[in-house]
Amino acid sequence: MADRSATLRASAADMAAGSIDIEQCRDDFPVLHRQVHGKPLAFLDNAASSQMPEQVMRAYTDYHSKYHANVHRGVHLLSQEATEAMEGSRETLRELVNARSSKEIIFTSGATDAINLVMQSWGRANIREGDEILISTMEHHSNIVPWRMLCDEKGAELKVIPVSDDGVLDMEAYASMITDRTRLVGIVHVSNTLGTINPVAEITRIAHERGIPVLVDGAQAVSHMNVDVRKIDCDFYVTSGHKMYGPTGIGILYGKQEHLEKMPPWRGGGDMILSVSFDEVLYNDLPYKFEAGTPNISGAIGMGKAAEYIVSVGYEAIHKKEQELLRYATEQLQSIEGLRIIGTAPEKSSVVSFVIDGIHPHDIGTILDLEGVAVRTGHHCTQPLMERLGIVATTRASMAMYNRKEEIDQLMAALHKTIEMFR
Amino acid sequence: MIGMDDKLSQMYQQVLLDHNKTPRNYRVLDPADFEALGHNPLCGDKYKIFLNIDENDIVTDITFIGDGCAISKASASMMTTFVKGRHIAEIDKLFHQFHDMAQGKLDPETDPNDLGRLKIFYGVRNLPARVKCATLCWHTLHAALKGKEKVTTE
Repeated sequence: MADRSATLRASAADMAAGSIDIEQCRDDFPVLHRQVHGKPLAFLDNAASSQMPEQVMRAYTDYHSKYHANVHRGVHLLSQEATEAMEGSRETLRELVNARSSKEIIFTSGATDAINLVMQSWGRANIREGDEILISTMEHHSNIVPWRMLCDEKGAELKVIPVSDDGVLDMEAYASMITDRTRLVGIVHVSNTLGTINPVAEITRIAHERGIPVLVDGAQAVSHMNVDVRKIDCDFYVTSGHKMYGPTGIGILYGKQEHLEKMPPWRGGGDMILSVSFDEVLYNDLPYKFEAGTPNISGAIGMGKAAEYIVSVGYEAIHKKEQELLRYATEQLQSIEGLRIIGTAPEKSSVVSFVIDGIHPHDIGTILDLEGVAVRTGHHCTQPLMERLGIVATTRASMAMYNRKEEIDQLMAALHKTIEMFR
Repeated sequence: MIGMDDKLSQMYQQVLLDHNKTPRNYRVLDPADFEALGHNPLCGDKYKIFLNIDENDIVTDITFIGDGCAISKASASMMTTFVKGRHIAEIDKLFHQFHDMAQGKLDPETDPNDLGRLKIFYGVRNLPARVKCATLCWHTLHAALKGKEKVTTE
């Protein structure tokens, strides 16, 4: 971390002399200071979408107010500046996840889009009838549905690694479920519903013993922990900008170059070609082969700036603060009679899902909202997991680095009020 | 702004204190002339409505079972008490009025309507995510009257 983040730190130097104090970072997020229904906002829905600091917004507006132009095309200065900013952002993101080369970083519209890219390109070329794709019970729909679609198309089988009642992946079952027909393992790094952090390096090692590639869904990981795709050794890693303090509509696919080189393009169009005639198309090199059409330039620039922001706060400080918030929230919530926390794995990110006897999560969510507390309620796009746990929905509080204990207290007061109403 | 929220929580409290805790007509009706299943897969709300209709198209009995959030359950409970004894044409009119009110297209204080005590659900128009909770039972009843088997508000 210390070595490879040196350049990142340097590039973040314009933010706050190289580092941002985590206790002060809240001031960078204007939306956190607004009121909701006459109450101060306690934003505890960060796993759905985290807020953006002013530095990211500035990078976004700078592009539009100073050098808005298309990339990779123009000989004029604005286009060159836009290209430099976007490619600089790609390099920042490469460094953030420690990929070998920026050729391995493909801009997508988000984690879902990145998974679909792998499914459409790698999947359709490599999955055949009778093959097996292995995913887990705690996957987000985005890492289920594309594979279900592919299995239906190819006559392949989707197999599912079980999880325990407390939300831990069954590693023994996993190892035993790998067969000669297994062609891909798809696993979520951090569960959006449970907060469970999966041992993705170990999962990858086991799959690689049999030469099986692994895709890791890191949408919930990058804002919380130092992700090193080389240490994990996974073949694909996906994440979204808006879950790491960046804009919506942008994400990345990391893929090992050896895979990406062999994979056919998915979408055709401008920018992904070297030359075009009506008889023949010569495809562009990586990463552009997978980036047909004008990309989300401002989004890419914003996502890069968000990565710089995270690094300038520092993963160590983020981890410490978020784990404190997790501990505090867990302790406080456990003190409520009739409340059950869903997902109590030993390794968790700052997510607490819970149910309360006799009160539907949507009622909790509405009353909390009236008290200024924003949480997510529902199945969190993990319906199979809900079914496994025998519940229809949970209330989920998900904390980010800018949250404070006072916001947990506000959540607690609102929950007590809710319970009082229902008593 | 604050006034709106007060009204909202007022609706919530009245609804909760009464119909959610002790839903009326909460039982299986056997035999029933019609029944329909209402399901909101996003919330997991699921209700079954039973009704008997006489030769003059009057709803002589209506009951429901199922589970969901307080708004959906209270709405189902109040609906059953409200439509019992009414003609199905009248119920059809009420369905449309209730639907429009929940979506904020009908103001029960100023626009002509027959919603009576169901006006309390006017508050959900300020909770766009919850409109479907209040209207689920009405959609289900509407479907039952049209002879459909199952409805969903998603």
